Amino acid sequence: MKNKGEEKEKKKIKIPKYKMTKKDFIHNLKIQGFILPSLIGVLLFYIAPFFVIIYYSVIDNPISKKFVGFQNFIDVFNNEAFRLAAWNTFKFSFTAVPLAVVISLLIALVLNEKIPLSSRFRTAYLSPMVVPVASIVLVVQVLFDYNGVVNLFVTFFGGDKIDFLKSEHAMLVIILLFLWKNVGYNMILFLSALGTIPRDAIEVALLDTTSEWLIFWKIKIRYLTPTLVFVTILSTINSFKVFREVYLLTGSYPYESIYILQHYMNNMFNSLNYQKLSAAAIIMSVVMIVIILIMYILENNYSGDMEE
Amino acid sequence: MDQEEKTLNESTETEDKSNETTIKYKHTSKLYVRFRKGLKFLRKAVLFTVAAICALIFIMPTVLTITNSFMSKEEIASNYGKVFATNEKGGKVFIGEQVNLKLIPDMVVFDQYKTVLFQSPDYLFKFWNSVIYVIPIVLLQIAISLLASYAFTRLKGRLKSIVFFIYIIVCMMPYQVTLVPNFMVINWLNLINTRWAIWLPGISSPFAVYLLTKYMKRIPTAIVEAAKVDGATEWQIFRKIYLPLCKGAIFSVAMLIFIDYWNMVEQVLILITDDNLYPLSLFLSRINSAEVGLAFAVATIYMIPNLLLFIYGEDYLVEGITFQGGVKG
Repeated sequence: MKNKGEEKEKKKIKIPKYKMTKKDFIHNLKIQGFILPSLIGVLLFYIAPFFVIIYYSVIDNPISKKFVGFQNFIDVFNNEAFRLAAWNTFKFSFTAVPLAVVISLLIALVLNEKIPLSSRFRTAYLSPMVVPVASIVLVVQVLFDYNGVVNLFVTFFGGDKIDFLKSEHAMLVIILLFLWKNVGYNMILFLSALGTIPRDAIEVALLDTTSEWLIFWKIKIRYLTPTLVFVTILSTINSFKVFREVYLLTGSYPYESIYILQHYMNNMFNSLNYQKLSAAAIIMSVVMIVIILIMYILENNYSGDMEE
Repeated sequence: MDQEEKTLNESTETEDKSNETTIKYKHTSKLYVRFRKGLKFLRKAVLFTVAAICALIFIMPTVLTITNSFMSKEEIASNYGKVFATNEKGGKVFIGEQVNLKLIPDMVVFDQYKTVLFQSPDYLFKFWNSVIYVIPIVLLQIAISLLASYAFTRLKGRLKSIVFFIYIIVCMMPYQVTLVPNFMVINWLNLINTRWAIWLPGISSPFAVYLLTKYMKRIPTAIVEAAKVDGATEWQIFRKIYLPLCKGAIFSVAMLIFIDYWNMVEQVLILITDDNLYPLSLFLSRINSAEVGLAFAVATIYMIPNLLLFIYGEDYLVEGITFQGGVKG
C-alpha cells in the first residue's frame, strides 16, 4: 500500500502540465478536418437542441414564451404519471441490475472452471443479445399469458392462475426478459476480467488453502472490482432502455406496474407538450450525469489499484 | 491444439504438486487423495449440469420461435389458440383446450413461409424498411466515426478531451433524453415522418466514436512518426495505417450498431407516424391473432440476419464487448 502512493507521485512527475506549442497548433490544424462531419452531426442533433430544451423548460409555452422559472419542473414532479413512471423505473433498475450483475458473475465463474463445452455455453448465453426482442415476443406471450404455459405449472402445483402481463407480476416478466438479454453481455466482460487474473496469484494461495470460497473473496474479487463497478453502471444504463421489451410485449398502454418513463415521454410527445417534455428530459439527463460521474469516480479509484 | 494440451498437462501437474504439498503437511492417507479427486470430479459435474440447464433456458425462446415457424396454421391454432384467441371472433379453427408448447412440430411444413414470401407482401415490405433504415446508419456512422476517432487519437490539447467527454456523456444518455433534442431538430427541419428522421440522428450518433477511439489509441505512435518521416500526409496515415489496423474493430462496432438499430422501437414511435414507414420490429408486435402462425415465420425471418452475423462474427462481437468494458484484452 505504501508503494502505491510513491508510484502515483512518479506518474505525476512523468506527465508534465500540458502547454499548447505553436508546433502542436499547426499539427492540430491538419487533423481538425477529420472531426468535422461527426462534430456537425452531434452538435446539430444532440448538443445544440439541448440548449433549446433548457430554454423551453423555463417558459410557459412556445407561443407566448413567458418566463416561468422552475414551474415546469415543479409540475412534472407533482404529476402523478411522472411519479409512477419514475418510481417504476427506479424499482425496476434497483432489482434488475443487481440480479444481472450477480447472475452474470456466477455464470462467468462457472464457465471459467474449465468445464467441457464451455465455449458452446458462452455462445448460448450471448445469443439473446443478438436476437431481436420482437422475434421472441410471441414465445414470451405463450409462456406468460393467463392461459399460458407457466400458469400450467402454477396450477399443477396447486397455485392460482396469474395473469402475468396484466397484473403486478408484469414487472417480473420484464425483469426476466432484461436478464435474458443482458446477462450474456455482462458475462463476457467478467470472463475477460477473470482471464487477466495472474495464475501464480491463485497458485500461491492454493498452497495455503484449498477453499475456493476464500480464494474467490481474497483474490479474485480484488481483480474483478473494476469490472464489477463498470458492469453495474452499464447495466444501470441499459436498464433505462428496457422500454423496448415493455412496449413490444404490452403496447402503448401497459399495466400500471410497468408504466415507465419512456411511456410518460411518449404521452408528452403525443400531446406536444414541449415545456414538460423539456423539463422531464432535463431532470433525467441530470440523473444520468450523476450516475456517469459516480462511475467515473469509482472507475478511477479502482482501476488505479490494478494498474500493476 | 498441441500447445493447448501441453498447457493443460502443465496445469494439472502443478495442481498435483500443490496437492502433494498440502498432503505432506496435513494428510497422508491415499484414500484422502482419492476422495479429493472424486470431489473435484463431482464438483465439475454439478457445475456442468447447472451451466447446461441455464444455457438451455437461454436459447429456448429463440429455438422455440424457429421450430414453431414450421408448424401448420391448424397446429398453431390448436396449440396456442387459447393464448391468442382473445380478440378473435369467428370460431373457424379448432382451438385447443390447453396451451401446448411444443418444441418439435407434428409435421414440418413450409406453409407459413410460403404465405409470408408470396402472399402477404406487407411483411416483406416492412422487412425491407428495416434494411433500408439500418444499412445506411451502420455504414455512415462508422465512416464518420472513423474520421472523428482518428482526429481524437491524434489531436493534442485540452479542448479535444473536453469534446470527447461530451461525446461519452451523449453516448450514455438513454433514449428518454436524446429523443427530445432529436425530435426538436427533426421537427424544425420538417423531416418528421420521413426516413431521414431515423437516418440522420442514427448516423450522427457518437456511439462508434467512443469505441473506435479507444481502439485507435492502442496503435503505437511510433508507426505514425515513421510514416511522417517518409512524408505521408494525414490522409495517407489514416487511410494506409489506421484503417487496415482497425479492420477487426470496425467489424465489432458494426455488429453492435446493427444489433441495436435492427431492433429499433423508441425512435420510430416518436419520429414516424406513417405505418408504411414502420420497420418490422414494430410491425411484428401489432400482428393480429388470426395471423399468429405467420408471426412465427416472420419472427424467424427477422432474426436470420442477426443469427448469421452471430454465427460468423461471434468472436468480433465478444471483442467489441470486451473493448467497451475497457478491460485490457
